[in-house]
Amino acid sequence: MASLKDLKNRIASVKSTRKITKAMQMVAAAKLRRAQDAAEQARPYTERFNAVMASLASAAGGSASAPRLLAGTGQDMVHLLVVMTAERGLCGGFNSSIAKLARSHAETLVRQGKTVKILTVGKKGREALKRDWGQCFVAHVDLSGAKRIGYVNAQEVARDVLGRFDAGEFDVATIFFSRFESVISQVPTAQQVIPAKFEDTGAAETLYDYEPSEEAILADLLPRGVATQVFAALLENAASEQGARMSAMDNATRNAGDMIDRLTIVFNRSRQAKITNELIEIISGAEAL
Amino acid sequence: MADTVQFDLVSPERRLASVQAREVQIPGADGDMTAMADHAPTITTLRPGVLRVVHAGGTDDYVVSGGFAEITAASVSVLAEQALPKGEVTQALFDGMLAEARAAASAAEAGSVDVAAKTLADMLAMGEQIGLSGRV
Repeated sequence: MASLKDLKNRIASVKSTRKITKAMQMVAAAKLRRAQDAAEQARPYTERFNAVMASLASAAGGSASAPRLLAGTGQDMVHLLVVMTAERGLCGGFNSSIAKLARSHAETLVRQGKTVKILTVGKKGREALKRDWGQCFVAHVDLSGAKRIGYVNAQEVARDVLGRFDAGEFDVATIFFSRFESVISQVPTAQQVIPAKFEDTGAAETLYDYEPSEEAILADLLPRGVATQVFAALLENAASEQGARMSAMDNATRNAGDMIDRLTIVFNRSRQAKITNELIEIISGAEAL
Repeated sequence: MADTVQFDLVSPERRLASVQAREVQIPGADGDMTAMADHAPTITTLRPGVLRVVHAGGTDDYVVSGGFAEITAASVSVLAEQALPKGEVTQALFDGMLAEARAAASAAEAGSVDVAAKTLADMLAMGEQIGLSGRV
């Protein structure tokens, strides 16, 4: 049985842990609000962009002269997986669930006899995948320096990916990130960015004049489309990370509270037992006289 | 007949403007154009330049670079990769943009040299228009 002193120390240490997790939870809540705002702000751009791209792509997609970013290389052999995770841990299953999705994806591809290359964004995903897939890593983008995710960060990632595509390093690119649904639910998602896929909105088609030509616009916009999708994914990821951290820290705080309660009961009982013991000793000592 | 159009200017990071505009002057890739109500539906890419919006409350100037504009009879949506109110563009910021364009121009490979050079030239012209110098 632990001594009273030990128990006291234990309670004090759990208490300070609870303080830390509580603080982290509040910081995550504040950051989550900011991340959600940023995601909200970016939505009009992404939605409009995709709508225009969808109509452009459906018009030009069928032709043989369609850009390679849209039509693909005609092959399906080398896959690039862009795995986007957080730079920091302590956010529940956030990083590992993205890594898990990427891993199962990679395993399926390898079983089909395809080549897998992995580009990681964020330190945690790199660490999670290093053991099994380390030999597939081609590059890493470090975002730990960025305080807020800006479009510049997305452009950086997109430029890297596009450069590799132009150099013929891969045929298909897929990004992995976590879609933010709510504070308690983040869904790891895989999204193909090259060749580009746009959901047909099916909206009433207006006949547009294009200036310059349709092909030129498409060629100009497709690379931007990659950056836009990466940006949207990064923002979703940022919100998801904070959401996951918030609920993980909420759990931790609650667990620490439970633990303190349990320890306090044990502490009180053993204190009582000690007092009783001492009394018995005194009384039996007195009786012996 | 409505004589205003719904004008939206969005960049990836935020929505800069959403007003009823009388006319919008757009720096299109093939030349400037002014969009007013009942303009033919058009999609055009942008070159770096100054976008001017005339609305009931006055005139707003924005500096945009890259992106595209979608014009319909009742609305003008400009999706700019980079967009700032003119007043927020400082010499330092402009120098940064210019340096990036210069780097791109010097790093451009055969085939994209013209494009990069044009971007740089557009950038310099834009600087002159808003009163910032493009000297190194």
